[in-house]
Amino acid sequence: MLKKLWHIWHLIRELSGDSAYEQYLKHHAAFHAQSVDARPALTRKEFSLLMLDARWKGINRCC
Amino acid sequence: MPKIIKNLIWFALALLGLLAVSTIALNRGESINALWLITAAICIYAIAYRFYAAWIAAKVLMVDETRATPAERLDNGRDYMPTNKWVVFGHHFAAIAGPGPLVGPTLAAQFGYLPGTLWILIGAVLGGAVQDMVTLFFSTRRNGKSLGQMARDEIGVIGGTAALIGTFLIMIILIAVLGLVVVNAMKHSPWATSTVAATIPIAMLIGLYMRHIRPGRVLEASAIGVALLLLSVFAGGWIDHNETLRVYFDHDGLPLAFAIIVYGFAAAVLPVWLLLAPRDYLSTYMKLGTIVLLAVAIILLRPDIHMPAITQFTDGTGPIFGGKLFPFVFITIACGAISGFHALIASGTTPKLLANERDIRMIGYGAMLLESFVAIMAMIAATVLEPGVFFAINSPAGVVGKEAVDAVAKINSWGYAVTVEQMNQLAKDMGESSLFARTGGAPSLAVGMASIFGNAFGKHLLALWYHFAIMFEAIFILTTLDAGTRVGRFMLQDMLGNFNKKLGETSYMPSVIFTSAIVVAGWGYFLYIGVIDPNGGVNILWPLFGIANQMLAAIALSVATGILVKSGKLKYAWTTALPLLWLIIITSTAAWQKIFSEDIRVGFFAAANDLSSKLASGLLPADKAAVAPQLIFNQQLDAYLTIFLVALLWLVVLDMLKMCWRHFNKQAVLPLTETPYTQTSYAK
Repeated sequence: MLKKLWHIWHLIRELSGDSAYEQYLKHHAAFHAQSVDARPALTRKEFSLLMLDARWKGINRCC
Repeated sequence: MPKIIKNLIWFALALLGLLAVSTIALNRGESINALWLITAAICIYAIAYRFYAAWIAAKVLMVDETRATPAERLDNGRDYMPTNKWVVFGHHFAAIAGPGPLVGPTLAAQFGYLPGTLWILIGAVLGGAVQDMVTLFFSTRRNGKSLGQMARDEIGVIGGTAALIGTFLIMIILIAVLGLVVVNAMKHSPWATSTVAATIPIAMLIGLYMRHIRPGRVLEASAIGVALLLLSVFAGGWIDHNETLRVYFDHDGLPLAFAIIVYGFAAAVLPVWLLLAPRDYLSTYMKLGTIVLLAVAIILLRPDIHMPAITQFTDGTGPIFGGKLFPFVFITIACGAISGFHALIASGTTPKLLANERDIRMIGYGAMLLESFVAIMAMIAATVLEPGVFFAINSPAGVVGKEAVDAVAKINSWGYAVTVEQMNQLAKDMGESSLFARTGGAPSLAVGMASIFGNAFGKHLLALWYHFAIMFEAIFILTTLDAGTRVGRFMLQDMLGNFNKKLGETSYMPSVIFTSAIVVAGWGYFLYIGVIDPNGGVNILWPLFGIANQMLAAIALSVATGILVKSGKLKYAWTTALPLLWLIIITSTAAWQKIFSEDIRVGFFAAANDLSSKLASGLLPADKAAVAPQLIFNQQLDAYLTIFLVALLWLVVLDMLKMCWRHFNKQAVLPLTETPYTQTSYAK
């Protein structure tokens, strides 16, 4: 039961974008951190600005 | 579970669905329970999803779960990112579900509950959901290309350009009509106006919070925002009862329209983080919460539907909008059954998030079914009202008269009982001074929702529920307005960038201001005309929007049909070609009637000519004569716009047919642009 609730909470966080930064950090650690020309991960603020920009560049709401 | 039991369950579901549909279709005279509509909808959706959508996915599209999706191949941790299917479903649904499926069915209820309900169900399972799913599939196989790009790459330059222009026009008309709906809800309602106004500083506050105080903490910011929004509904009531404060929020339509125009411009120019993004978060939560609440309330309450199955207005004399059942019920329902706009979402962000192709059925087809279900609930909320009340709220003053006594007499003469006292009491219950002539669908939907919520959760709170419903509708109408203006600005900058590089830069301030002003002026013009039009404006704007939206759907289905034919799947091309054919028939017929009909409530030219001759012979009272020249010009403009839209549609369809013809004759056509197969590296 507790595990299920935890899972749902996780989904809600993912759905709302609340955990997007943590996911990005994971992605960064897994794919970019080891490469030779690795750049440091973006800060939370830089990342949320980038996400905002990507999200509102195109059509993302309709009738 | 053994196969036989599974089959039995599906068989029972089919029988139940059949029973529900025949109950709602054959019932005459008595009121029926709203639960029948819900039952019919759920059975039809379940069967369509289990069988038709599964068949399309397996046989027509040949969805391949071993194939890596763009999200996997191009994963950059940002826009391309394999994402949990429920999360993608949530994003996709939040993006496609706007105010359209709430407004359309409410307006279409003037024909009775049956025609609209049937089209919402049939249109969604055979048309809208198929369109969304195949577009999502084709875009996924092309690295998430947009509809316009696919049209250009697969059919030709004409298709691509038409899709682009069509999208721009539909945006302008959509924003105007939605603005009009909000204006009609706020007109002389200090409570509604102050609540809606309060959503702006609340959104900004949340924007500042997410930007500077706690960056990226979406959930806590949203929780604060939602609490403040609910508080603003209470505060609105307090302002309404305060004699000194209420005058600041008690306005005619015109000043409210100008306020919305100024707001729209500001929202397009201000940085997104300040207003647009936080408002969008709040509206998404409000939207999901209210829709779930409405479903729960309808199931708890099981209200009776009081609207007849079919009204006399199928003959084209309806008070809310003129025009016969065919084709106008299809044009009016629009988004709840088939929405061309969805194809833009299905070929935008969504395909870049899909972790596996097998999720395409659930996300493309499933999300549209849910949207269609929202439309069914809007239909229920509109038709549980007494028909007399429904028509009193929705009929414009130009049709039934400005005075309450005249309006009631006119509505009674149609055979629908309603009294002035009843309307006054209702307005009082809802905390409004009057509910007459609030055309546009939002107020009648709010009254319907308030009575459903009130009966389910406490009747003494009717006025609060009403303004909660108005706030809920207004907040995501304004989100569409902001987002639409911004997208319109980007599209315009993109187009102008071909002529002048500087104008194409999205962060170059003079260009931002210039292009935003053009977009706002575009929809602001139609909004202004809609407000000064004594027939309510919705009568003109909604059909125009419906035609534009169905035209965009026809473009999406043309692209899909073209790709199916080119990939050698001619025998399955009917899955998209049949809905396409139907859309061509209804949009062309509707456009034909809007252009050539001699009925002044249908034909644009007929209305313009009628008004000019009345003006020339001095038959118009002074206030109407003053605005007549503008109305005449607008009717003519609308007629040319309709001609243009339908010409675009035919251009794309003919271009697609030409391509198919060349394909059959083994002549060269543009090659398929599907990305080559790569095996997924995820374990199954």
